[in-house]
Amino acid sequence: MSVASPLSPLPGRHYHVDQILDRPGPRTDPAFVPGETPKTFLREQSKILVIGAGGLGCEILANLALSGFNDIHVIDMDTIDISNLNRQFLFRPKDVGKPKAIVAAEFIMRRVPGVKVTPYFGKIQDKDEDYYLQFNIIICGLDSVEARRWINATLVNMVDPENGESMKPLIDGGTEGFKGQARLILPTITSCYECSLDMLNKPTAFPICTIANTPRLPEHCIEWASVLEWPRVHGDKKMDTDDPEHIGWLYKIASARAKEFNIEGVTWALTQGVVKNIIPAIASTNAIIAASCCSEALKIVTTCAPYINNYMMFIGTESVYTYTFEHEKRPECPVCGGETIDISVGKEWTVERLIEVLVERQDIQIKKPSLSTSTKQLYLQAPKQLEQATRPNLGKLLSELVEEGDQITVTASSLPFNLSLRVTYV
Amino acid sequence: MIKIWSMKKNEDSAAKKKPKTSAAQIRVQKDLTELDLPSTMQTNFPDPADLLNFTLTIQPDEGMYKGGAFVFSFNINSNYPHEPPKVKCTQTIYHPNVDLEGNVCLNILREDWKPVLNLNTVMVGLQYLFLEPNADDPLNKEAAEDLRRNREAFLQNVKNSLRGGNIRGTQYDRVLIA
Repeated sequence: MSVASPLSPLPGRHYHVDQILDRPGPRTDPAFVPGETPKTFLREQSKILVIGAGGLGCEILANLALSGFNDIHVIDMDTIDISNLNRQFLFRPKDVGKPKAIVAAEFIMRRVPGVKVTPYFGKIQDKDEDYYLQFNIIICGLDSVEARRWINATLVNMVDPENGESMKPLIDGGTEGFKGQARLILPTITSCYECSLDMLNKPTAFPICTIANTPRLPEHCIEWASVLEWPRVHGDKKMDTDDPEHIGWLYKIASARAKEFNIEGVTWALTQGVVKNIIPAIASTNAIIAASCCSEALKIVTTCAPYINNYMMFIGTESVYTYTFEHEKRPECPVCGGETIDISVGKEWTVERLIEVLVERQDIQIKKPSLSTSTKQLYLQAPKQLEQATRPNLGKLLSELVEEGDQITVTASSLPFNLSLRVTYV
Repeated sequence: MIKIWSMKKNEDSAAKKKPKTSAAQIRVQKDLTELDLPSTMQTNFPDPADLLNFTLTIQPDEGMYKGGAFVFSFNINSNYPHEPPKVKCTQTIYHPNVDLEGNVCLNILREDWKPVLNLNTVMVGLQYLFLEPNADDPLNKEAAEDLRRNREAFLQNVKNSLRGGNIRGTQYDRVLIA
């Protein structure tokens, strides 16, 4: 067999994937039509977004390209660091300092001719609903809880019940050392990222008094420098953990502290590791998790096999252990839980009138509701100062404060979840 | 793909379009409007439209800090409740578990924080520090040492510090209720 030149299409590129798209398997959904339909959709029509072009992202991009996805977009806000090169295999020493998304996209396009990868070097928060609506499916290989919460909430909010295609399956991969997870979120249908927030490992934190008085570990000295000394010396100036000068300052202070307490082991790398909360990344964990994410994407896009329901965890510390289970929706989840009710409001209704109507409604059983929109508080029952500050709103017309179609968030102690109201004026 | 889309159409009971209010905002609204604080604690919002930045004043009605009014700043970021609120004492006070910069040693503000905890738990935890200062988790080492060695002398120092006194060269803020 001849080796393909990097510039000509790879012969036999689809041979293996075709084996599962040309015929149904024992567990394939009856709706699956083998042959051209899934192939055309996968290769010519589907559009997939990859969030993150780091350890997981490189693996995901390569897997998708080789699976037959031809229209891939990738977002990453980072630039390449020399420490990435051991596992982020789309990057070379000459790429250090360049944007990950752009270098990764170019590499994939060079290596797998026929694939179009569109990079965006920036934050996911820069993009709006219209941007995310263009994709069929989204895969995340992120290292931040905050970014995951954001994309999850954005995708849940985007679902329009009148339009099935507005529901974008989100496949979320994550790794931490030898452990990892891959899960599928069907926004509003399955449990979402926010539903599982309290399952997360908390980042290592040391008691502040230990840091201040009885340091025993090099980490204690570094935390002392970053948590106590930085704000004391620099006031409100924000610490930038990507700034070598800042890390250098912390390293100097932590080393002096370590010397004073006869503690060994404070190094530049450890200083950076502790303040950026770096957990050593394991290339094989990334490969396993990325493979799981991409095979889910392939199954969803082609319907060639049942997809995961809905959470796979992987533990590689003892041997190779995986466990797959259905993570359930949390009814009180602030993102996908709760209820939305449509409410018709008279043009002459005041905020007070709306509250009376809510309290009277038998179906919601609410006492003392507090109301807000995404931009302002309408009426808060407590604390006293906020009640007084929002009390003048009670007499105002709702139509002056809330536009038609806006959402009102209602919370109350009798309500374990939050309620949203969608207002129509009559 | 088609399969997944058609699935959505059967789920008409599932959510209609949801608000853009962030999960953190909703949680803070719920936490604040359901605060159940004793009369010894009061919140104050410099900007009532901003629920994420406020202060809490604690006026213990028993224990050795009785008579003082202690003001803590609360700063909540968009990653709440994954991350705990940032809490600092705004005054220089003589307390074993609060340092001169206002850092507070309270386990649930750091190593033991969990998203199931809420602002009420944190506030009650802070008040507890004034009822039972803890010499075993010192942030102000001298104060902790005083408490451990000689409770009477510690008590005198507390009284002195509440009046804005000077203890071993450190000037404390006057925090007595006028």
